[in-house]
Amino acid sequence: MANVIRRQTLAARVSRLAVYSVLILAALFYLLPLAVMLMTSVKPLSEISAGTLLTLPQNPTLAPWTKAWGEACTGMRCDGVGGYFWNSFAIVIPAVLISTTIGALNGYALTKWRFKGSELVFALMLFGCFIPFQVVLLPMAQTLGWLGISSSRAGLVLVHVVFGIAFTTLFFRNFYVGIPNELVSAAKLDGAGFFRIFWRILLPVSTPIIVVSVIWQFTQIWNDFLFGVAFSAHNTQPVTVALNNLVNTSTGVREYNVDMAAAMIAALPTLVVYVLAGKYFVRGLTAGSVKG
Amino acid sequence: MAALEIHNVSKDFGSERVLKDVSISIDSGEFLILVGPSGCGKSTLMNAIAGLEPVTSGNIYIDGEDVTWRPPADRDIAMVFQSYALYPSMTVRQNISFGLEMRKVPKPEREAAVERVADLLQITPLLERKPSQLSGGQRQRVAMGRALAREPKVYLFDEPLSNLDAKLRVDMRTEIKKLHQRLGTTIVYVTHDQVEAMTLADCIAVMRDGHILQLGSPDEVYNNPVDMFVAGFMGSPSMNFISAMLERDGDDYAVRIATPNEEDLCLPWPTARVTDAMTEQLGKPVILGLRPEHFSEEDERLSAQAEGTLLHASVTVVEPTGADILLRLPLGEQEVTARVGPKCAVSPGERLALRVDMARAILFNAETEKRLA
Repeated sequence: MANVIRRQTLAARVSRLAVYSVLILAALFYLLPLAVMLMTSVKPLSEISAGTLLTLPQNPTLAPWTKAWGEACTGMRCDGVGGYFWNSFAIVIPAVLISTTIGALNGYALTKWRFKGSELVFALMLFGCFIPFQVVLLPMAQTLGWLGISSSRAGLVLVHVVFGIAFTTLFFRNFYVGIPNELVSAAKLDGAGFFRIFWRILLPVSTPIIVVSVIWQFTQIWNDFLFGVAFSAHNTQPVTVALNNLVNTSTGVREYNVDMAAAMIAALPTLVVYVLAGKYFVRGLTAGSVKG
Repeated sequence: MAALEIHNVSKDFGSERVLKDVSISIDSGEFLILVGPSGCGKSTLMNAIAGLEPVTSGNIYIDGEDVTWRPPADRDIAMVFQSYALYPSMTVRQNISFGLEMRKVPKPEREAAVERVADLLQITPLLERKPSQLSGGQRQRVAMGRALAREPKVYLFDEPLSNLDAKLRVDMRTEIKKLHQRLGTTIVYVTHDQVEAMTLADCIAVMRDGHILQLGSPDEVYNNPVDMFVAGFMGSPSMNFISAMLERDGDDYAVRIATPNEEDLCLPWPTARVTDAMTEQLGKPVILGLRPEHFSEEDERLSAQAEGTLLHASVTVVEPTGADILLRLPLGEQEVTARVGPKCAVSPGERLALRVDMARAILFNAETEKRLA
């Protein structure tokens, strides 16, 4: 708050110091689990059993990471989480792209091509945001079976797209409602049709909300465990399920360093996405309220 | 042949009828203005002409062809919107040529059209800018340029000047008038500003509650309004309405205005302007309509040949506008506005002699508010 005019008295400085100390302590406290995970993941097993959680690694090693990636046992198989990591990408990327595209088209149609009952359709779609995952497990399993894509990546993509549309539609609908209808009228008079108006007029100004939708969907789908465990086979599991299996494998010594490395690997993509695009996320969420 | 013909058009929104049997016909090159208060249906009528709103019944013809059920793009019209509606992601050049591109006009022709329009509206230096980098007046020009590029049969302007500041509005008004005179385009223009309507139009349609009350030239609408609404809507300051009684003495008609604490004021009605409708209202209350400029200060040097009826009133408020002075003074039980010359030296409270030009006064039925004479 550099623009607040205030005399710099001693009392003000002391209280400012107190505020910062509390904030820094709180930040350290919240970062501690991450630090412990990171430290543990680079310690040899001997150091883990000898020291405490907070002892710094004496002989840092990347062996737990390579083991977690390529050799650790997840259930009956011992080839690490690497393969499942790519599985996750193979599920997340198409699911994010498809659900964002459909959400954008839905939002566009619901705001710029209103039809009788379009508000009702939107209200029903909104309802989809509040349906608990567990409720649809059985009917979805049945549906995937009928479609012949149960236990496949395509099946998981479908599940995530269906669940994601409610949210992406909400995002895009609320964004497009703020864009003047006269723009669409002008384009209609100029001779552009439904898709052309979307592509040439609306989409070029949608970057903020596309970023929001992509980050949201990426994080949701990447972190999903329930659908992943319910609708996958051993070769189509996402990384979250593999991580669970790795940690729960009960043969031999418990390798905390490998567990931690695997957990870091599983968490990394969402962290990277948020660090790279996080500021656009906040910006995009508030974009609708500001006149563009 | 009529460039635009609207034939018995009605439009319902749910159970509410917002356009009631509207019919208008304008010739090629005419400037039609739809004017009226908010909610009178003028924008709905505009959208119906554009094809953005389907009509409930009736037909719309452009250049003789029935376009009632054609999509907007196939009506050969262009529209300038109140918010300008410039495509935010495109440059001015792309904005202007977008309509031509959609119509698959070859690139060289598109470029030529952009150059022509930019030249006409003096926006050539702005061609590579985005709309967000333009001022209000520049956006307005680009919006007009976008309409002009296609050279359609009919131009629609939906309150195009209402987002500009006062000075720019007057400048752009003149510019639109110049453009119309130069290009001879057919224009339908919606506004709630009666000054815009008076200055621009060849033909004014005054609307209220989905009806067209009067359709005529600015002169007709201003000087021969059909009812009190039209009379009061057109002109600023608006027409004074004075409650009075209609009387007759032999062949002479007079309007008697009851004045509290004073003798009634009796204004003789010009014999040449007596109508049949008046005779039916004899002895009944009427409304006398006088525009501020129907008053003039009495000049004693000219009083011998001056026309009109003399009256005296004490002035309550003096409002100099520069070009002339507006006076508020009591007449009967109302207070009226009179417009006098800038040299009239009068201060509040003084009594002033004024002449009333009864030859231009208008008489309304007090109940139906329709015009009597």
